[in-house]
Amino acid sequence: MEQEVLDLPEGAVPGPIKAPGAKPMMHGRKRPVWEIGFEVGLEWLIRLCGISAILFVFGIFAFVFREGAGFLFSGRFSLPKFLFTTEWYPTSMSNIRYGVLALIVGTGSVTILAMAIAVPFGLGAAIFISEFCTGRIKEILKIIIELLAAIPSVVWGFIGISIMNPLIQTVFSVPVGLNVFNGATLLALMSVPIMVSIGEDSLKAVPDSFREAALAMGATRWQTIVRVLLPAAKNGLLAAVLLGIGRAVGETMAVLMATGHAVKIPHSIFDPVRTLTATIAAELGEASVGSDHYQVLFIVGILLFTITFVVNLSADLIVRGVRKG
Amino acid sequence: MFTETQFGKSRRRAELLAKCVLGMMVASMIIPLFLIVGYLVKEAWPLLSLDFLFTNPTGGMRHGGIWSALLGTLYLVTLSLLIAAPIGVLAAVYLNEYARDSWFTRIINLAVVNLAGVPSIVHALFGLGAFVLFAGIGRSILAASLTLAIMTLPVIIASTKEALSAVPISFREACWNVGASRWQTIRGIVLPNSISGILTGVILQVSRAAGETAPIMFTGAVFFKKIEAGNIFAYSIWDQCMALSMHLFTITTQVTDAPRALPFATAVVLLGTVLIVNALSIGLRVYLRSRKKW
Repeated sequence: MEQEVLDLPEGAVPGPIKAPGAKPMMHGRKRPVWEIGFEVGLEWLIRLCGISAILFVFGIFAFVFREGAGFLFSGRFSLPKFLFTTEWYPTSMSNIRYGVLALIVGTGSVTILAMAIAVPFGLGAAIFISEFCTGRIKEILKIIIELLAAIPSVVWGFIGISIMNPLIQTVFSVPVGLNVFNGATLLALMSVPIMVSIGEDSLKAVPDSFREAALAMGATRWQTIVRVLLPAAKNGLLAAVLLGIGRAVGETMAVLMATGHAVKIPHSIFDPVRTLTATIAAELGEASVGSDHYQVLFIVGILLFTITFVVNLSADLIVRGVRKG
Repeated sequence: MFTETQFGKSRRRAELLAKCVLGMMVASMIIPLFLIVGYLVKEAWPLLSLDFLFTNPTGGMRHGGIWSALLGTLYLVTLSLLIAAPIGVLAAVYLNEYARDSWFTRIINLAVVNLAGVPSIVHALFGLGAFVLFAGIGRSILAASLTLAIMTLPVIIASTKEALSAVPISFREACWNVGASRWQTIRGIVLPNSISGILTGVILQVSRAAGETAPIMFTGAVFFKKIEAGNIFAYSIWDQCMALSMHLFTITTQVTDAPRALPFATAVVLLGTVLIVNALSIGLRVYLRSRKKW
């Protein structure tokens, strides 16, 4: 912290600098020892809090892994069977089977459909807000989108059950309204805000000189967007989509309530499914602590953690690429 | 005289079309939002009253109000705020004031982003494994609050960092030049100048924590708990509690013959709380930006 040279090395934080050879000036009150000690202690506390995020991420992985590890290495657990069979019968009397393929497909189908809805709408809204709106309207739209992001997932789930369910039944005349389509619509609405805000950021990051150059060439605003801005902001937009996917995969309450809770591979968007997250939420309460079933649910948790970790990591690396480039 | 060519016309038409389509996309997200909120309020209207807030659920949660759930949420939010706010603010102080631009700082930032991306149900598993079982706290308000605190930490870190970095570097340099140490500068100059920005992040944390269900499901929230109505000290932090979000989940999915307005009213109270708290944070931010001095 105390640099001995006046020229700051590359990457150093600016801070109080002691000139080489300078004596501290003593014509003020000398700071008491306890005050300096307090400050040193506090700075260590700040450092500890600073690295807390790393500790927590590792802690989450470690503790979830710890709870699931007993069964993972017990010999009764086979990874291919776990990942590639569709039979999920954790409480069967005769033949207990833990195959999560149907759950993975459930999560996948809901996420893909949600993204099919959310990506055009989210990026479209980002473009509209960033390029076509100005001043007060822009601010108001951004605030509404932010409030959309604030709606709790359990309220979305409730909307899925009480409003979307009868609506889907009448509009599409299907017997059950709690299905992939219902969950995906909710997830789309939930992941749009993050796409809009990240997408808008990355469009804002494109220098105005790009826009000016295109307009000076006689391009219309739309041509500028398609030919200049989208290519320039494509990494940021991709990161926005990835973060939306991360949000959709990890969402629990809304899909638990709205997707119909049937462990099977869906054949149409009006089939009920069950997702990885919903399975943990629904079954953890019934599984007794330490049982195989309980441990398998933690293994599903590890799977989820890994998926979202990879998605978020790639989004972050892409955004960082944007900032560097 | 300049006349517009056919080409120019078609280009302008494309522009108009694009603007309309994109505008309609935004409208198709915003209008249903208002319709949904309106419908929720309309269905909930017959039950909404102060009485509903301050009486306990009765008759297997088919009648009565939501007092015990409301109080439980208040406990969870307050306690998680007390845990998350100091850690989050100090972490942001470290990242903005102490950390060098090195690979290590990059890893911390990456960890913050990833912590924000961990699914809420995985937080629940972590809370169960770490606090309830490993630390031996048991299913309690304390364990649930700790889980919520870790989950909402990134919200506080991100907004505090933004508030701190909005304080111009010249303020700090002026302070260092009169001989203040780094911490004296932070306490005397940086924090006072960014306190309101930090506050918006803290308020945002409250709204996140109030709405979460999954992380508290297995760490401290219960379907039903009988407490004394009107007594705000009815829970201790070692007790399990009811929570508003959990209560909405319960009466929607487990209690099948509840009167129709009951879940709607619960949803409106939850949604209303979260949106009002959020609007407060946004309002504060807009106000601060409008009177920014530097």
